[in-house]
Amino acid sequence: MNVPDDLKYAESHEWIRVADGIGTVGITDHAQAELTDIVFVEPPKVGVTFAGHNAVAVVESVKAASDIYTPVSGEIVEVNPALDGDPALLNTDPFGDGWIFKIKLSDPAELDALKTPEEYRAQISE
Amino acid sequence: MPTRTALYERHLAHGGRMVDFAGWEMPVQYTGILDEHRAVRETVGLFDISHMGEFFVSGSGATAWLDGLLTNRVAKLAVGEAQYTLMLNERGGVIDDLIVYRLGDEEYLLIVNAAKIDEDAAWLSTHALDGVTFTNRSDEYSAIAVQGPIARGVFETVFGTALSTDRNRVAAISFGGAEGFVVTTGYTGEDGFEIVIPNPVASALWDALITAGAKPCGLGARDTLRLEMGYPLNGSDLSPDRTPLEAGLGFFVDLSKDDFIGKAALVAQKESGLPARLAAIAVTEKSPPIRPHYPVLVNGEVVSETCSGALSPSLGHGIAMAYLPAALAKIGQSVEIEVRGKRYPGSVVKKPFLKRD
Repeated sequence: MNVPDDLKYAESHEWIRVADGIGTVGITDHAQAELTDIVFVEPPKVGVTFAGHNAVAVVESVKAASDIYTPVSGEIVEVNPALDGDPALLNTDPFGDGWIFKIKLSDPAELDALKTPEEYRAQISE
Repeated sequence: MPTRTALYERHLAHGGRMVDFAGWEMPVQYTGILDEHRAVRETVGLFDISHMGEFFVSGSGATAWLDGLLTNRVAKLAVGEAQYTLMLNERGGVIDDLIVYRLGDEEYLLIVNAAKIDEDAAWLSTHALDGVTFTNRSDEYSAIAVQGPIARGVFETVFGTALSTDRNRVAAISFGGAEGFVVTTGYTGEDGFEIVIPNPVASALWDALITAGAKPCGLGARDTLRLEMGYPLNGSDLSPDRTPLEAGLGFFVDLSKDDFIGKAALVAQKESGLPARLAAIAVTEKSPPIRPHYPVLVNGEVVSETCSGALSPSLGHGIAMAYLPAALAKIGQSVEIEVRGKRYPGSVVKKPFLKRD
């Protein structure tokens, strides 16, 4: 499973990439493989503020619906418009074109509590 | 501890994702449900259906005995023919839906749902008749379904003879020195066949069918395939509290038979009017996959809930089945299905969802 070195990870299998105080969030390669064919994504609403680790989106495979949690607190500033027409981007490019939302971090210190790539690799190899 | 079929090791070898289904450890998918669904619609797939039950009934009076226990008319089957039928309780509710295969003048094979093997066997034993032998041989037999537009080519490659071009047929067949049956029934809406074969040769047959071109498919694709055709799933769309008339299966109920268990209740229900009908609902806007137990609304009021649902892989929109009050179960009736608090419009349509040529 691909676990890029430049990201931080949540135990609930989301990744976050932060630049200029904005975090881009998606699900990991491991998560998309477990979920299988993703056929629908219900993104969060832009402008809404969430506390970290709250369910903000839903990803649905043929067989099941799964909640997606924001790894950090903040305001949703953008959602990936491409997922509406092509939810399978989460399967084909989970760390790239398959990103789900962008969040303006209210407390960047929360990033320290997330997992490093090494820690996340250890988690999914258990 | 769930039961494993004789093909368990094969499922692992093909990367099958194993789940508990009615007490059986079965593959829900191998490469992916969408991929497997497409294979069956466009080429050919194979399914392990060994969890289903095989009952044998024989002896003088077997035909009449089955006609007293099942809704369809067994006596009209010629030897070598099969029919879909239902086993009802005294209230006319569905215990199980099954297929009866006439093997001889007074000899039958019944293939029943995995989750209902024990209940069906107990029901038949309770109604035992002198001279008629009923044997549950589910533990001895494996079954493999091969379905898709090029399925008969797979049959010819493996067995060296042509498959019957008629649906609903059964014939004896041998493979690897074991005696079994080939039947032209299925649960996908595609051409194809199913093989019922003793456990010891099941893995070799599975391998031969794959070598001949069939792609392994799991229960996930089996469910989306059957739902696109509007075929009911017992436990979801059929229940002991619903009659086959409500389920839209009147074609498989012969009320002109002298008697069968549940007949009186069906006749009474027909006279008083059906309270509800199982409706096929097509979602008309982009929606999440529809799943069981989602609220169904008419004019803003909840009138029912879905019993089966999916995002149809072939059609690309939501499909569902739900028991609606009879007055609302009319083709063209507008409904809404609620998913996580949001309502999606749909309408009652004629089955099957997927129209074939």
